Amino acid sequence: MKKSVKDLIILENECLNDDSHKIVFQAPDVDSDILPGQFANVLVKDSQTTFLRRPFSFYDVDVDEKSFSLIIKKVGDGTRKLCSVRPGEELSVIYPLGSGFTTPEKDEKVLLIGGGSGIAPMMLMAKKFAPQTSNIHILLGARSQKDHIVLDEFEKVGNLLLTTEDGSIGEKGYVTNHSIFKEISSFDKIYTCGPNPMMEAIGKIAKDNNIFCEVSLENTMGCGFGVCLCCVTPTQEGNKCVCTDGPVFNINELKW
Amino acid sequence: MVKLAVNIDKIQLKNPVLTASGTFGYGKEFEDFIDLDRLGGYIVKGTTLHPRQGNDYPRMAETPAGMLNAVGLQNKGVDYFIDSIYPELTKYNSHMIVNLSGSTVEDYVIAAEKLNELEHMPAIELNISCPNVKEGGMAFGVSCAGAESVVKAVREVYKKTLIVKLSPNVTDVTEIARAVEAAGADSVSLINTLLGMAVDAEKRKPILSTVTGGLSGPAVKPVALRMVWQVFNAVKVPVIGIGGIMNATDAIEFMLAGATAVELGTANFIDPAVTVKVVEGIEDYMKRHSIDDVNDLIGALEV
Ligand SMILES: Cc1cc2nc3c(=O)[nH]c(=O)nc-3n(C[C@H](O)[C@H](O)[C@H](O)COP(=O)(O)OP(=O)(O)OC[C@H]3O[C@@H](n4cnc5c(N)ncnc54)[C@H](O)[C@@H]3O)c2cc1C
Ligand SMILES: Cc1cc2nc3c(=O)[nH]c(=O)nc-3n(C[C@H](O)[C@H](O)[C@H](O)COP(=O)(O)O)c2cc1C
Ligand code: FES
Repeated sequence: MKKSVKDLIILENECLNDDSHKIVFQAPDVDSDILPGQFANVLVKDSQTTFLRRPFSFYDVDVDEKSFSLIIKKVGDGTRKLCSVRPGEELSVIYPLGSGFTTPEKDEKVLLIGGGSGIAPMMLMAKKFAPQTSNIHILLGARSQKDHIVLDEFEKVGNLLLTTEDGSIGEKGYVTNHSIFKEISSFDKIYTCGPNPMMEAIGKIAKDNNIFCEVSLENTMGCGFGVCLCCVTPTQEGNKCVCTDGPVFNINELKW
Repeated sequence: MVKLAVNIDKIQLKNPVLTASGTFGYGKEFEDFIDLDRLGGYIVKGTTLHPRQGNDYPRMAETPAGMLNAVGLQNKGVDYFIDSIYPELTKYNSHMIVNLSGSTVEDYVIAAEKLNELEHMPAIELNISCPNVKEGGMAFGVSCAGAESVVKAVREVYKKTLIVKLSPNVTDVTEIARAVEAAGADSVSLINTLLGMAVDAEKRKPILSTVTGGLSGPAVKPVALRMVWQVFNAVKVPVIGIGGIMNATDAIEFMLAGATAVELGTANFIDPAVTVKVVEGIEDYMKRHSIDDVNDLIGALEV
């Protein structure tokens, strides 16, 4: 699918909890080429402090309904403004951008791990590959029960595992403390998106156990399509752009 | 039909809209968004004699109506450009211009000699104003003697149109402009980014890995306009206006202040199709004001 910059109509804006919203965009040209891990770069209107676009991973793409949705967590003025958008209004979006996660082989056992807003690409990942393998485990981590969102949607697409730092739901601790890691060597592939310390810890476990592992980085971006060189991450082959060479990287490429 | 063509030295641009180096990649990244042949020309990524990794992340900080960058001229070197990028770019008929940086006069000269051989590249833009690399760039552009020494040396080996890009980080930009004109520049472009800084109060740390960086975007436009106006009144060679241009009105303001052409930089990040919209907007403005030739706008400010 070609990249484009378009004004898209907002179909829905659903408040998920105090922090996060699910926003559905009407996108007449979406097709099944959009890969989990790819992102959209959204222009924020009416924010004094927001000049550049804001990147968000695709959470869901509905080719039949010609729409896609993003999950946006409020962390600053840009995301706060986006979460106040009303159905019927338009937002300018550049999409689809970046590379996607590698498709797992048929019947491989995969573990998807999401933390914070990093859960978004894991939904598209699970949906896209559910028909191919019955062996999808999804591990989501959050501070507390109220920070866990869209659990009902995740339950439909894989075996859902949870952690919370306060133990209010699921196992207590960080995602890497979850008991599933006791049997980690039975997994063929691990895919993860979330805060860097979380992904680094997962990457280390994957390396130690010789398991294929891809991470989706969230570096701040200037353009989102490979021309400003502001989003780089050091790799074995020098600095690479997170927006075009990534956001998805194999952990062996990174200098972690 | 309004006439949009302008001349920079020996080259004719089909319209006054160019792209600013470091904000347009190698041009081909924009293929999905615009028809590159609609542009007057496009200035590609800052290139140096040897490959450079650039500075560490974070290299960017957003600021009110703009951004700071400290990319530090990450590029694969002039030979890579000539062998792997240039051949692919010759398919466009818009003028391709490379932006050349260096840390020594010798580096500039060797690279310029190589670029002089490229048949489909009618001009280079000499960057003597990059604020993000320690060992050079801006060091040349902030003194008349420094600027003169690079431009003179490059002039001897580079036979086509030589545009020199000026730094705003000086006390009197007209002195530098006159010095590079005297040293043989065919045109001057300005401004490069303004040296700035951003602080994270929570962490008590600078945001950029390099502490300071270059400011661009609408925040710099008034400074850029003032400098273009001053330089237009100080030199005879054509002036190319750069700095915070986001739409056709901004572009026209620069032309009225004396710019023969304009470069769009940071605006490309916000709207990758902005350049073509600016070409169309200039045309509309001319029709509305019954101006047949865009050259009539250059320096037409009534003061
Ligand atoms: C490829 C990619 C995919 C992403 N996907 C999602 C997603 O699906 N859902 C979602 O909610 N968010 C996602 N993000 C993060 C999102 O882009 C940022 O949260 C957003 O840009 C913040 O904008 P703001 O104006 O609200 O915050 P700002 O006012 O810009 O910043 C507020 C605070 O957040 C920090 N911050 C801002 N951006 C980032 C970042 N990229 N990484 C770490 N800290 C940051 C700042 O340092 C500051 O402390 C993604 C980022 C990338 C690069
Ligand atoms: C991310 C970024 C990278 C840049 N890289 C270069 C460069 O390599 N060489 C150069 O001469 N100018 C470079 N510039 C400066 C721009 O070409 C331009 O002079 C400046 O940004 C002001 O214009 P603007 O406000 O339209 O962006 C860069 C600017 C940005 C934002
Ligand atoms: S954000 Fe501009 S190159 Fe990646």
